[in-house]
Amino acid sequence: MPRRVVRTEQDGPTAADDLDLSRVAVLVDEGDPRGNLIALLQRAQGEFGYLPEPVVNEIARRSGVPASRIHGIITFYAQFSTVPSGRHKVCVCHGTACHVAGATRITEAISQELGVADGGTTDDMEFTLDSVACMGACSQAPVMRVDEETYGNLSADQTRKVVTALIEELGLSAAYGAGGDGDE
Amino acid sequence: MSEPVAPAAEPRDDGVRVAVGDAGSKRRVSVCAGTACVFAGSMKVRDAFVAEVEAAGLQNEVEVKIIGCHGLCSQGPLAVVSDGETYYPRLKVKDVSRVVTEHLAGGEPVEKLLYVDPSTGERVACAHDIPFYRAQTRIALRDVGVIDPESLDEYLARGGYEAARKALTTMEPEAIVEEILASGLRGRGGAGFPTGAKWKFARSSPGDLKYVICNGDEGDPGAFMDASIMDGDPHAVLEGMLIASFAIGAPEGFIYVRAEYPLAVRRLRLAIAAAEEHGYLGDDIFGSGWRFHLKIKEGAGAFVCGEETALIASIEGQRGMPRKRPPFPAVSGLWGKPTNINNVETYSNVPWIIANGAAAYAAVGSDSCKGTKAFSLAGKVVNGGLAEVPMGSTLRHVIFDVGGGIKDGREFKAVQLGGPSGGCVPASLLDTPVDYESLAATGAIMGSGGMVVADDSTCMVDLARYFLQFTQNESCGKCVPCRLGTKRMLEILERITAGHGRQGDIETLEALAVNIKKTSLCGLGQTAPNPVLTTIKYFREEYEAHIGEHRCPALSCDALIAYVVDAEACTGCMLCAKRCPTAAARGEKKQAHAIEQGLCIRCDVCRTACKFDAVKIVSGPEAIAAAVEAQAEL
Repeated sequence: MPRRVVRTEQDGPTAADDLDLSRVAVLVDEGDPRGNLIALLQRAQGEFGYLPEPVVNEIARRSGVPASRIHGIITFYAQFSTVPSGRHKVCVCHGTACHVAGATRITEAISQELGVADGGTTDDMEFTLDSVACMGACSQAPVMRVDEETYGNLSADQTRKVVTALIEELGLSAAYGAGGDGDE
Repeated sequence: MSEPVAPAAEPRDDGVRVAVGDAGSKRRVSVCAGTACVFAGSMKVRDAFVAEVEAAGLQNEVEVKIIGCHGLCSQGPLAVVSDGETYYPRLKVKDVSRVVTEHLAGGEPVEKLLYVDPSTGERVACAHDIPFYRAQTRIALRDVGVIDPESLDEYLARGGYEAARKALTTMEPEAIVEEILASGLRGRGGAGFPTGAKWKFARSSPGDLKYVICNGDEGDPGAFMDASIMDGDPHAVLEGMLIASFAIGAPEGFIYVRAEYPLAVRRLRLAIAAAEEHGYLGDDIFGSGWRFHLKIKEGAGAFVCGEETALIASIEGQRGMPRKRPPFPAVSGLWGKPTNINNVETYSNVPWIIANGAAAYAAVGSDSCKGTKAFSLAGKVVNGGLAEVPMGSTLRHVIFDVGGGIKDGREFKAVQLGGPSGGCVPASLLDTPVDYESLAATGAIMGSGGMVVADDSTCMVDLARYFLQFTQNESCGKCVPCRLGTKRMLEILERITAGHGRQGDIETLEALAVNIKKTSLCGLGQTAPNPVLTTIKYFREEYEAHIGEHRCPALSCDALIAYVVDAEACTGCMLCAKRCPTAAARGEKKQAHAIEQGLCIRCDVCRTACKFDAVKIVSGPEAIAAAVEAQAEL
C-alpha cells in the first residue's frame, strides 16, 4: 500500500474536538461526492488539515457514500492523512538522485535534531518529518523543503544548521536543546 | 534541428486575438523558474533583478520575466539576457546588481559571471554555444525554457495553436491520424506503442462520447521531463490534446497531474483559462464547429496511477487499482467510454508533427524509432538537467556529450534508466542506441526518460534495494505476485545490505523475479524486478561481496563500512571533532584524531569536513579491524 505521506496546504493542526462539522455540509453541497470523491476529500483535507473520523463520518452521512468506501480512498492515496501534522513540515526528497546523493543521511540528521522518526510528528505538534518520492529538482540533490522554503545541495552538516536555525527562529531552543541534541 | 521551425503567426480574420506581444521590443532578462532552479533560489534572483532594474531606471527598456526549465539544472539559478542570449549560471542575489549595471546599463557582459566550459576552461557567453545545449535536438521541449509559461501571447508568438488551426480547419480527422501514424511517433510514457495506431483504435471504437486523457502522473523518482513540459510549456500539451480530440472524435478531456507537482497544476490551470478565453478551447474552435472541453484532475499520491487503467479508476474517484486488459481503454475506458491516453511528451510532439509534416519528424531518429526523446539527466553527472536527443543517439552521447561526463573526475559505473521499472546499464554497453528495442535488450527499458548516473561510490545492491522498497511501497495490493513477491525480494535485499546475506540469496531473487514478471497483473509488478535483475546481471560480484565477504565494494552500505582516521594524514586540526554530531571523532589539538566505532553513526560529516583527506571509509571485517587498530589511541 502506498505509505509515503504527502499532505496538502493547511493552516495548522486542529484538535479533534474543535472540528466545525458544519463546514462539511458546504463541501458536500459544492462537491460531487459520488462522481468525484477524491476532489471532495482533497478540499476537506485542505479545510481541516487532516481527515479525522468525525469528518469522514459526516461526509458519509451527508453524501450517502459509505464511510468504508471513503476510508478505502483515504488509505490508498498517500496524500490523505487521518492524523494531524505539525505546524511546520520538513519534507526530504528521496528520489533516485537524492538517494544516490545521500538523502538517508539528511533524514537521519533531521530526525536526530528534532527527536522524531521519519513520517512522525513531534509531541508539541511543531514539526512533521516526511519523505517524498521525487520533487523533480534532481540536479540540486539532495533537496528538502521546510514549509515553503527549499534547500538544495545539502550535506548532513548544513541540514543540521538549517534545522537548528529554524528551531531558534521559532523560539524553541529550550525545548529542543540549544546545541541541537534533540534526541536526548 | 536545434531550432525547430514553427509557422509564423499570421494576421487572422476570425476574431481570435492576434498575439505578437511587445515582448520583442524590450530587452529581456529571463530567469529560469524550473523546479531545480527554484530550489536553488531563482525566485530571489528574479526579485533582485526586478528591484535592480527599477533602481537603474531601466524598467521601460528591460523586462524581467520567468521561463520554464532552461535545461542545465545543475547550473541553477540561471538567467539569460536577450542581448546575444547571454547566459549567467549559478547567480547569487549579490551578483545581480553587476549584471544590471555592467551589462544591461553598460552594454558589456559580466565576464566573471559567464559560464565556464569545464572541458576547455574557457568562458562561453551565448547559451547556444554551451556544449550541453549544442548537443541537443529539441522538438518536444521546443519552447520549454524559451517562453514565459504563463503567457499565451508568447506561445502564440512562437506559432502556437497554428498546428491545431491547420488540423481543425484544413484536415480530415482520418488524415490527422494517418499523419501521426506516418510520423512514426511512439508513446513516450515508456511502452512505445505507436501513437497513430492508438488513435486509430479509439477513433474506430463506436460511441458518441469519447475521452482523451493526458497522463501527467510522472511518478518515476528521478524523472522530471513531463513536469518540465507541463510547467514550462503548458499550451503545447493543450494543443496536442486538442488535435487528438478532433482526430479521435473525443470532445472531452482530462489532464491527470501528479500530486507532487503543484506548479504544473497552477500553470496548466492558467493555460486552460487563457485558451478558453481566446477560443482555443470550448465550443466551435476556429469556427470549425469542433468543441473540446478540458479539465485537470489532481492525483492524490499513488505511483500505480501512472498505469492507464489505474489512472482511469482514479479519475472516476476510486482507489487507483489497475484492471485486466482487454478491454483496452480505446474500447472501454473512462466511465466505460472509448478513451485515448497518451503521455505529456507524446502530446507535446503532436503540434510539431502537424505543423512540419510527418516526413520532417520521421527524418529525425533511427529506423525503428522516429523523432526525439527527452531525458532528465541526474545523479553523478556534470551537467544535470533536461536533455532531448534524436532517437538512436547512444547512451555515451547523452551522458558524455550532453551530460559532460562524470562529476569530480570519478569513474562511470552505470546508468539507471526507466526508474523503478527499468534497470542499470553498465559501462560496457554505453554505445547502446537510445531506442525502445535496444534498451529493452539490455534488460533496462526506455521508460519515461529518467536517467540517473551512478559512479563508483554508488552501491548497485543498495540501488536495487532502493527501487524495490519504492515499488513495494507503491504496490496497490490487488495481485499476489506484486504484493507479496516484491515484499520477499525486498526482505532479501535488506538482509544483504545489512550484512546478513546468505548463500543462495541471489538465486532466490532471480527465481522470484521471473515469476513476478510473468504473473503480475499490471506493468508495475511486471517490471518491478528489473532493477534487481539488471544489477545481478551486470554487477553480480557486488552481490557476492556483500553476501560472501560482508563487504560493500562501493563503500556505501552503512552496516558494512567503518569510518577511520588515517593517523599519518591527520594534522590534528580538530575540524572533524568539532563537526561530529555524536562526539565519535576525537583527539587532542595537533595530535592524530580517531573515531570511536561504537559512537559513529556514519553520517559522513567528518569525511566531508576533513581538508586533508584523512578520514577514510573501509569495508569488510578484516579491513575494518586492521584500520581501527591502526588509528591513534583514543
